[in-house]
Amino acid sequence: MPEKIDYDAKIPNNVHLADDRRLQRALEGWQPKFMNWWGEMGPTLETEGVYLRTAVSVGRDGWAHFDHVNVPDYRWGIFLAEREPDRRIAFGEHAGEPVWQQVPGEYRADLQRLIVIQGDTEPASVEQQRLLGLTAPSLYDLRNLFQVNVEEGRHLWAMVYLLHAYFGREGRDEAEGLLLRNSGSPDAPRILGAFNEETADWLAFYMFTYFTDRDGKYQLGTLKESSFDPLSRTCEFMLKEEAHHMMVGTTGVDRVVQRSAELIREHDTYDIASHGGIPLDLIQRYLNFHYTVSLDLFGSETSTNAANYYTAGLKGRWQETRRKDDHKLTDDSRLLDRPREDGTWTSEELQAILLLNLDLRGEYTADCQTGVNRWNKILADAGIDFRFALPHPGFNREVGINSGHHVTPDGSIVDEATWEAARHKWLPTAEDLTFVRSLMHPVYERGKIASWVAPPRQGINGKPFDYEYVYLT
Amino acid sequence: MTTTTPVTFERHPDTYRHWRLTVDGEVAWLEMDVDEQGGLVPGYELKLNSYDLGVDIEFYDATQRLRFEHPQVRAVIVTSAKDKVFCAGANIRMLAASPHEWKVNFCKFTNETRNGIEDATEFSGQTYVAAVNGSCAGGGYEIALACEKILLVDDNSSTVALPEVPLLGVLPGTGGLTRVVDKRRVRRDLADVFATRPDGVKGRTAVDWRLVDELVPRVGFREKVLSRAHELAAESDRLPAEQGIELAPLEPSITDDGIEYRHIRVGYDRPNSLVTLTVLGPSGEPELDGWLLRLTRELDDAILRLRTNEPDLGTWVLRTEGDPEAVLAHEEVVLSGKDWLSNEILHYYKRTLKRLDVTSRTLIALIEPGSCFAGSLLELAFAADRQYLLDGPPIDDEDSPERASITLSEANFGVFPMGNGLSRLESRFYGDDDHLTWLARERDRPLSAAEAVELGLVTDAPDDLDWEDEIRIALEGRASLSPDALTGMEANHRFVGPETLETKIFGRLTAWQNWIFTRPNASGPEGALRRYGTGQKAVFDRKRV
Repeated sequence: MPEKIDYDAKIPNNVHLADDRRLQRALEGWQPKFMNWWGEMGPTLETEGVYLRTAVSVGRDGWAHFDHVNVPDYRWGIFLAEREPDRRIAFGEHAGEPVWQQVPGEYRADLQRLIVIQGDTEPASVEQQRLLGLTAPSLYDLRNLFQVNVEEGRHLWAMVYLLHAYFGREGRDEAEGLLLRNSGSPDAPRILGAFNEETADWLAFYMFTYFTDRDGKYQLGTLKESSFDPLSRTCEFMLKEEAHHMMVGTTGVDRVVQRSAELIREHDTYDIASHGGIPLDLIQRYLNFHYTVSLDLFGSETSTNAANYYTAGLKGRWQETRRKDDHKLTDDSRLLDRPREDGTWTSEELQAILLLNLDLRGEYTADCQTGVNRWNKILADAGIDFRFALPHPGFNREVGINSGHHVTPDGSIVDEATWEAARHKWLPTAEDLTFVRSLMHPVYERGKIASWVAPPRQGINGKPFDYEYVYLT
Repeated sequence: MTTTTPVTFERHPDTYRHWRLTVDGEVAWLEMDVDEQGGLVPGYELKLNSYDLGVDIEFYDATQRLRFEHPQVRAVIVTSAKDKVFCAGANIRMLAASPHEWKVNFCKFTNETRNGIEDATEFSGQTYVAAVNGSCAGGGYEIALACEKILLVDDNSSTVALPEVPLLGVLPGTGGLTRVVDKRRVRRDLADVFATRPDGVKGRTAVDWRLVDELVPRVGFREKVLSRAHELAAESDRLPAEQGIELAPLEPSITDDGIEYRHIRVGYDRPNSLVTLTVLGPSGEPELDGWLLRLTRELDDAILRLRTNEPDLGTWVLRTEGDPEAVLAHEEVVLSGKDWLSNEILHYYKRTLKRLDVTSRTLIALIEPGSCFAGSLLELAFAADRQYLLDGPPIDDEDSPERASITLSEANFGVFPMGNGLSRLESRFYGDDDHLTWLARERDRPLSAAEAVELGLVTDAPDDLDWEDEIRIALEGRASLSPDALTGMEANHRFVGPETLETKIFGRLTAWQNWIFTRPNASGPEGALRRYGTGQKAVFDRKRV
């Protein structure tokens, strides 16, 4: 007799895994492949224990458990937010009907595609960040990196759970495919462009977790509205964890700005590079890059795919149920700013349902602006005149109506030569990257931190900054 | 026009309203005498021996009975019991008032009946002779075209005509155009002239153009026809037989939820636009006129009822239940028989499978433990658009050792060709002779799920954990697609390879007719079909597309 596996102990879950033979079998095939992938593509740095948060339930209080964990032993789990018994479809042509507990055959392909794309982004960021552990500015930051990584891993599990539980053999094949594609791989890259970019340094990591993970938040927010209830509940719980990743990004950039401001005051110059700080204009260039690459993740401003998903009830708008309109959008219109060949902007009125990506991007941009305001406040408090700004949404775009146009950060349309000549002022240069990398020396002593970043105001789970968050080998 | 009561397809010569069947030794007379007031649906009169579906159902019944109940008949004379008119073809008012799917379904059924007549001539030695004793237009001429010989009365006024294009703005939909050039080898320029002349062609010209075979004087017409029939009977290779077998009424039980026959259960799932058709395997000792014949009649009847009465049920799930060994044993009795009845049963089953092939419904075969997809019944699965085989125990009994399998037999290798002249396996593996050779070596033993997948005989073999979900999702997904696009796709996929008269009729001709039927030039308020007989001229949109 083979030994009986205690699934609930090994894989914390609230999906009755112990009674679900199909899911068990699927996971038994997939989990060893996941561990191989984690071994090859996960964090490079070996540790003896990281102070990690593990999701153990979905209850209002105490859903997470904190402890030092040997990372490969982390218990990735499967959690769906609690079911709302009378939940109804909130939008599209099925509005008012009960939500679906099974995948409707009619929408199988579309739902599977949405889940695969979402799933593909989760392990991608782990891959992008795999070398960062070697250059962490503090044990606190190192711990956060691991936390983000294991949770991205768990979010992969969340999507894989859906594929396994609801999409049969094809779902199992797709789940395996999530491990076969790799970020930046020439043969089998990740599906979305931004997830094939390098995250080579910690400033990039903070920017990534601020801007790119925030895109994830908004995408999850639209999937949370889905009529397919298991997807909705999965995403709802993921959003809870995602909030921490945002915090890492927000406070990470805060701390860099804080440190730069200190150095500017201390040395009375913006040119703080020689003093081991990151100049503000360089931070702005990083911001420009990560923000615009993240905008590309929203897809084209006009999208019939998004419209079809909406009408079918697969993917809603951000906070759909709080919107005050007919939730069908076929009779509403919105304006779209479009660049013209002659260098001017024109405004076009289109059916609102065709502009859903733009709608979501608008929510995202407003959210991003709050971070910028926050960083500017640090500068204002320090009596420094410099101000950060989000570039114009047409700037540096590869996707949508602005791709192929040369738009400056302030929204002027210029010719290619003019744009290229000024590129170094707007986007990180090779020198910038080399300089930032030169600052990236690991600081693994308790309570110590690198020169270019300020320590956090608070530690994790009430622990102080100088707590031994990571036991190094 | 809408029907309120479902159409039935069983008839008996004692109660025909439109035909007279007389058997006299080796020759039978099938005389058309349409009752003007006997339309299947209210709203039109069947003048001038014009026909509707009801007339054709009797015609079909007669051709079937001639094969099974009258084995001694070697020639069949089709003629009219009315004076100066052979047949005016399909009733135009009926067509004009019919919904699109009714028109198309009607054309399909009439085509199948005409093909059956040619099948009787070719494979049963029952040669049909058309004795055209008066004017003969449209579908009337198409009945004649289905016969081996056409004799036209030489009265200096009777014509044969295909006036659909000039008068109605549609095509001769029962194979007319195709048979004129392909079967009778009328020159294409003459065919063009013929098919655009509303008044048709008479006398000598009709013979010269090969539209008919022979002119027969008005005086002594019946005697001359009869002697021609006896000549053809003498050449017949029909196997000798004294006595036929009776095609007794099937007496299915009909409910709102489906139809129950002795060997077939048909269940409706209206919310999902689904029919489940379960064939029950044989029990008891194999007999020649036993299970397979009865099953074929039931299947034929079920297909026709579903096609006509349930146009919204777009997916048919084909299942079987029973012992595969018993299927093979029963089939063997028929396959090894060298007598007329064995021959008739095999050809009837072949025609019924062909009816399935041209049915514009998605066909999905589900092969589960307890099923008997072997040999002749496995052809049902091969007729389907997809085949799913359950690789595991029965869903409701996971401890059972029973597993599903399929068994190839001689029956799968050319006994039941499709309309394209190929077996379903040859069609499935078109151009891959090595694979067919391999398959031939795997005959006569149960093939497991893994083998069936390896041999390419099933689409997929989900296991017991996946089965219900996979099938549900496949069926739901299917139901969400455009029925028109599915019809077009399936018809294209099903018939690979060579064109035959049949594939041209069901593919090319039907597709064009379908299109023309929905165009305003035919069916619009000022279209030819609507204006026919009103004294008003049709208004055509002159753009050629």
